[in-house]
Amino acid sequence: MKVRVSVQLKPGILDPQGKAVEQGLHGFGFEVEHVRIGRLIEMDVPGTDPVEVKAKALAMCEKLLVNPVMEKASIEVL
Amino acid sequence: MRVAVPVFPGSNCDHDALHACGTVMGWDTIPVWHQESRLPENTELVFVPGGFSYGDYLRCGAIAALAPIMADIKRHADNGGLVLGVCNGFQILCEAHLLPGALLRNESLRFIHTDVHLRVERANLPFTRAMKAGEVFQVPIAHAEGNFTLDPAELADLEARGGVAFRYCSPTGEIGEDHVPNGAMNGIAGIVNLRGNVLGMMPHPERAVDPKIGPTGGLGIFRSLGSAV
Repeated sequence: MKVRVSVQLKPGILDPQGKAVEQGLHGFGFEVEHVRIGRLIEMDVPGTDPVEVKAKALAMCEKLLVNPVMEKASIEVL
Repeated sequence: MRVAVPVFPGSNCDHDALHACGTVMGWDTIPVWHQESRLPENTELVFVPGGFSYGDYLRCGAIAALAPIMADIKRHADNGGLVLGVCNGFQILCEAHLLPGALLRNESLRFIHTDVHLRVERANLPFTRAMKAGEVFQVPIAHAEGNFTLDPAELADLEARGGVAFRYCSPTGEIGEDHVPNGAMNGIAGIVNLRGNVLGMMPHPERAVDPKIGPTGGLGIFRSLGSAV
């Protein structure tokens, strides 16, 4: 099954990249705030049970995909 | 003293580490490829060098932390063996959970390459015992991700247990935001684990040890290590 893991910096963790992009958008006249930059990881995971596949993806997050000091993830099974 | 320098694809300070430990200090210093499963027999110090291991893919140090040699480095640390991680080596030790915290992008977003002053916060460590608490020394930094970050409760715990080894400071030892090059919390430049045998730092002491090349502000750490084992 196709799995999409979205990794975001935790609230309160400084995101200088997001800030720089926000300033860039302001430069074009867009009114935006709280721009945060994350990472999107897509993969094919063997299995047919979405609950089981999601559990596998969660284990991957804990082992490697997410650093819990600064990041949090949301998992979508498509 | 026998020193092992693990080399990952993308390490680029391994030769600085080999030069400092081998040529300058005269220690038996052995490069160890990351695919090896064992450190050389009787390794006393593991020097995890700087660079861009695995191209900084995913997160700095995240992939290197999974390399086969890391299991033996963890075993070495668990047995009380000394581990020094510099720059990317520090990031790897954090990702391997040998040290707490994470190194985020510098507050300025820029790669910073400059000399900084550090204040010794803990002088009773194997890495600092030839120095005095409060002593100031000058070493270079060269990094884009050196912004040390930790959950506030864990940061308070780190401070309370004396886990901060080095802090960025002015040339005369004053502490303050103006002297922190990268936005690191509490101006933290280097930390140690609870047991005091694993130290990670962003600045490069191994690049400031050879009088033929330049200043020698980093020698205090190597002299300490030489007297520690």
